[in-house]
Amino acid sequence: MRTNRRADTLFLLIFAGIFLSAIALAGGLLTEPAGAADFTRKNLPPCLAHPFGTDWMGRDMLARTVAGLSLSIRVGGLTALLSGGIALLLGTVSAACGPRVDALVSWVIDLVLGIPHILLIILVSLACGRGVWGVIAGVALTHWPSLARLVRGEVLQLKQATFLRAVRRLGVSRGRVLRTHLLPHLLPQLFTGLILQFPHAILHEAGVTFLGFGLSPERPAIGVILEESMGYLAAGRWWLALFPGLSLVLVVMLFAVAGERLRLLLAPASAQE
Amino acid sequence: MTLEAKNLTFRYPRRGAAPVLEGVSITLRPGERLGLSAPSGRGKTTLCKLLAGWEEPEDGQVLLDGAPLSRRGFCPVQLLWQHPEEAVDPLLKLRVSLYEAGPVDPAVLEGLGVREEWLERYPAELSGGELQRICAARVLGPELKFLLCDETSAMLDLITQARLWRFLLKQAEERGLGLLIVSHDAALLDRVCTRVLTWEEIAAPRRT
Ligand SMILES: Nc1ncnc2c1ncn2[C@@H]1O[C@H](COP(=O)(O)OP(=O)(O)O)[C@@H](O)[C@H]1O
Ligand SMILES: [Mg+2]
Repeated sequence: MRTNRRADTLFLLIFAGIFLSAIALAGGLLTEPAGAADFTRKNLPPCLAHPFGTDWMGRDMLARTVAGLSLSIRVGGLTALLSGGIALLLGTVSAACGPRVDALVSWVIDLVLGIPHILLIILVSLACGRGVWGVIAGVALTHWPSLARLVRGEVLQLKQATFLRAVRRLGVSRGRVLRTHLLPHLLPQLFTGLILQFPHAILHEAGVTFLGFGLSPERPAIGVILEESMGYLAAGRWWLALFPGLSLVLVVMLFAVAGERLRLLLAPASAQE
Repeated sequence: MTLEAKNLTFRYPRRGAAPVLEGVSITLRPGERLGLSAPSGRGKTTLCKLLAGWEEPEDGQVLLDGAPLSRRGFCPVQLLWQHPEEAVDPLLKLRVSLYEAGPVDPAVLEGLGVREEWLERYPAELSGGELQRICAARVLGPELKFLLCDETSAMLDLITQARLWRFLLKQAEERGLGLLIVSHDAALLDRVCTRVLTWEEIAAPRRT
């Protein structure tokens, strides 16, 4: 049973990894065709040549969607990495550097968790001058607290472990304890946390862009596509919103499911299942 | 150089918990093999943790030659934990755990019967006796002065037990180490110790 689940999860992770890297790569190559206007074929509903249809400038919606997802995935990956790094640093510092630092970090964690994400992202994004870096900073700076809290709890628990007490009395330095003993124990949690951050990051990126506080309109972002297509829904051009929206949901769900499966697999309580 | 515990009081951090140790005093001298026997749950393991600096006493002091134990570097007082599988990092190969405190004298590995092939394995892949010998090897560094053996041999077979004790006693003899041997095994204490104490002799009378 257990090996089965492990194999399934591994398969899912590898599949998700390959699928998303393929989109990320293809999107990079498709940026040109995605922007290519051709007024001889504008406003086509989905057909064989253009499975996702075309828009009012004759741009192929499939190419635009893939390019948009690609941008989302790259932005999502970078923000997940950044917020994971912040979480690891602050979580460890909080647990390892004494009660004062711990109280301070815990306070900041509660503070950031208390503010609605989207509001904070918009503020940070505006402060950083919008654009890709504004969005990345906004999402990264808002998404570390829950993971940091997790890391902190884990380090606090590890500090009580018998083997760590024994090791410290052997004269092993703090740095080495951190590298050889703490990090390997934190890695599974951190890895799962990173994957679970991904869908959040992507959705929030699309969200702020949709609201007009994120990526600039000339970027082939999913949020931009969705925002534009809203104006054409009333004109009956449903395909402009439907396919890009569905693709976004699909990518997000793929990450969420893979992350959740990994979390269940690595959680000690479900280890015997 | 003597190891002295003066009037130790200690309680585990739990709301309203009674102290596990209250007014416990004990002195261990170099070259001495001091036995300690008491019914389980009295706090023998806890005392060892305090003596080795794994925990801080709420009251009282642990002094090595009149000074508190240093928090840095290799501690001259080492505890050989009763459950060796808890004393090594489960995610690391034993080669890493063995050399954690620096190089280990090959004669020590030889004397304890630590085999090279064990070092390529993870703790879950070794028996308690094998792990305990690796733990013993890594604490027998040159700075060691006092070794606390908390039911060290309780889970070992007789042959391994005899071999481990023979080696530890020889080391203690040659290097003038002080040993504290905590055990239920009265025969063992009789055989190896120079002096045996009961709990009543080291703890202040309990208030009822
Ligand atoms: N980590 C711990 N947390 C809380 N209580 C503990 C812990 N370890 C031991 N105790 C309690 O302290 C008392 C003494 O335990 P211990 O020192 O292990 O006794 P001994 O080694 O003499 O059998 C016991 O009542 C035990 O339940
Ligand atoms: Mg005990």
